[in-house]
Amino acid sequence: MKEIKSYGTALPGFDAEPYSGKLIVIEGTDGVGRSTHVALLRTSLESAGHAVLDTGMTRSVLAGRGIKNARAGNTLGSLTLQLYYATDFADRLEKEMLPALRAGFVVLTDRYIYSAIARAVVRGADPAWIRAIYGIAIVPDAVFYLRLRSTEELAARVLASGHGFDYWESGMDLHLGSDYYDSFVAYQKLLLREFDRMSGEYGFQMIDTGRPIRRVAAELRRAVKRVIGDEPVTESEEAPAAAPAANPDIKKVASTTPATTGQQESSG
Amino acid sequence: MHWLAQTQWFSGSIPGAGLKFHIAVTLILAKSREPQMISYGYHRYPGRLFVVEGTDGSGKSTQLALLYQWLKAEGYPVFFSEWNSSPLVKDTTRRAKKRRLFTPTTFSLLHATDFADRTERDIIPPLKAGAIVLADRYIYTAFARDVARGCDRAWVREIYKFAVKPTVGFFFRAPLDVAIDRIAAARPSLKYYEAGMDMGWADDEEESFKVFQGKILDEYDHMVSEFGLTQIDATQSIRTQQRQMREIVSRHLKEKLKEKVVLTG
Repeated sequence: MKEIKSYGTALPGFDAEPYSGKLIVIEGTDGVGRSTHVALLRTSLESAGHAVLDTGMTRSVLAGRGIKNARAGNTLGSLTLQLYYATDFADRLEKEMLPALRAGFVVLTDRYIYSAIARAVVRGADPAWIRAIYGIAIVPDAVFYLRLRSTEELAARVLASGHGFDYWESGMDLHLGSDYYDSFVAYQKLLLREFDRMSGEYGFQMIDTGRPIRRVAAELRRAVKRVIGDEPVTESEEAPAAAPAANPDIKKVASTTPATTGQQESSG
Repeated sequence: MHWLAQTQWFSGSIPGAGLKFHIAVTLILAKSREPQMISYGYHRYPGRLFVVEGTDGSGKSTQLALLYQWLKAEGYPVFFSEWNSSPLVKDTTRRAKKRRLFTPTTFSLLHATDFADRTERDIIPPLKAGAIVLADRYIYTAFARDVARGCDRAWVREIYKFAVKPTVGFFFRAPLDVAIDRIAAARPSLKYYEAGMDMGWADDEEESFKVFQGKILDEYDHMVSEFGLTQIDATQSIRTQQRQMREIVSRHLKEKLKEKVVLTG
């Protein structure tokens, strides 16, 4: 257990008392596979006996619907959207994430403040301004930055997911290209640059997702295990006796994943 | 991304050798696509922005309505912008109030969202077009109310950094008991958030409202010098206050602005 720290100005009446849960962030651009990996991680954590809360941008009770409606219209300005995201985040932080962390849950969040900051900055917002707003955010236990360098491949993955291009995910409001594809590629490049910039600032652990899903999943699972300091819930738990302390060789380890992890994967 | 080329010529001569030379240096500068966010005090528009502030029951809305009539009669293009009026946020606010979903932080952020929409939609475009914009409540309402609810002073101010600094910010100051009497006379019952019931200051709505309004008034009093607000004594007669207000506003209406309107009208 450790004391909770905020990035900047804490929430009013903030209680910094240590919590027993873990806050784990999965970040990255659109199409990089965040939701797939959150789902896989959740299954794996739950099968190891951890209570998991998963959350993500625009899923708040307070503002989720409002953001959806606002994005469906054609009058939404950039500042308005950034503050709507901040409202959504604050609601989930106060009403979902913090209570769950105090109750000992592993909170898996699909995006955190970094996506919101990147989106605001590429739209011309003052970087210091948007960071100050998100100063209320607590510092997570780990941030896994899923990264795929080729924006063309990101686009291909978005298409393969069957949803097609979304107006906002393609950054159409920024007029970067003549159609959804061109705009998506240009927009994701800008976002990638912002993420890369934040990587050192916020201590991201980068995970290259230009590999088969099961490899990436195995790497993530091991990294998450290290964060939560897994001790088996039952005797039959298949947790490895010792996870590698440092991780210079994650890839190597991942490629020789024991069969047990393969089983978990197929259940996800 | 825009690329901006800037060429600078340097000329010189070497007298002994009778040589003259010209060197061109071209700098290619990357310019961001979107205009960067403009901070409070740095917007430059031909229009004018007048805002009224004050506790509930200070009579500020009455004064603003009278000012509006006068400016219209004088032939100025006038736009009116109200607190809590963004079509994109209204439903969310209403639902959150009804279901009591707010915390001080989300209350603050959702109102800032509403205000951002007003700024982008109702305030900046008319100011750019040279119109007069009148706002009933402005960022100072958020500063007073959110800080009274326990939000950090500097944090709330930072959020609203994108706001346009008003030409004049009027603060209608009424003593607490006067304001409370006026509210009590006008409204049969106080709403949950309006009374500050979420803060647990008192069990009774009226009592809680008094505590809340007292805290708000303290915040306003601090802001008069911080933001250079123009204080109007709200215990004076309506006509006296309106005379003072018009006198101050007219100082900021340069003939230029008026001529433009007269010529087109």
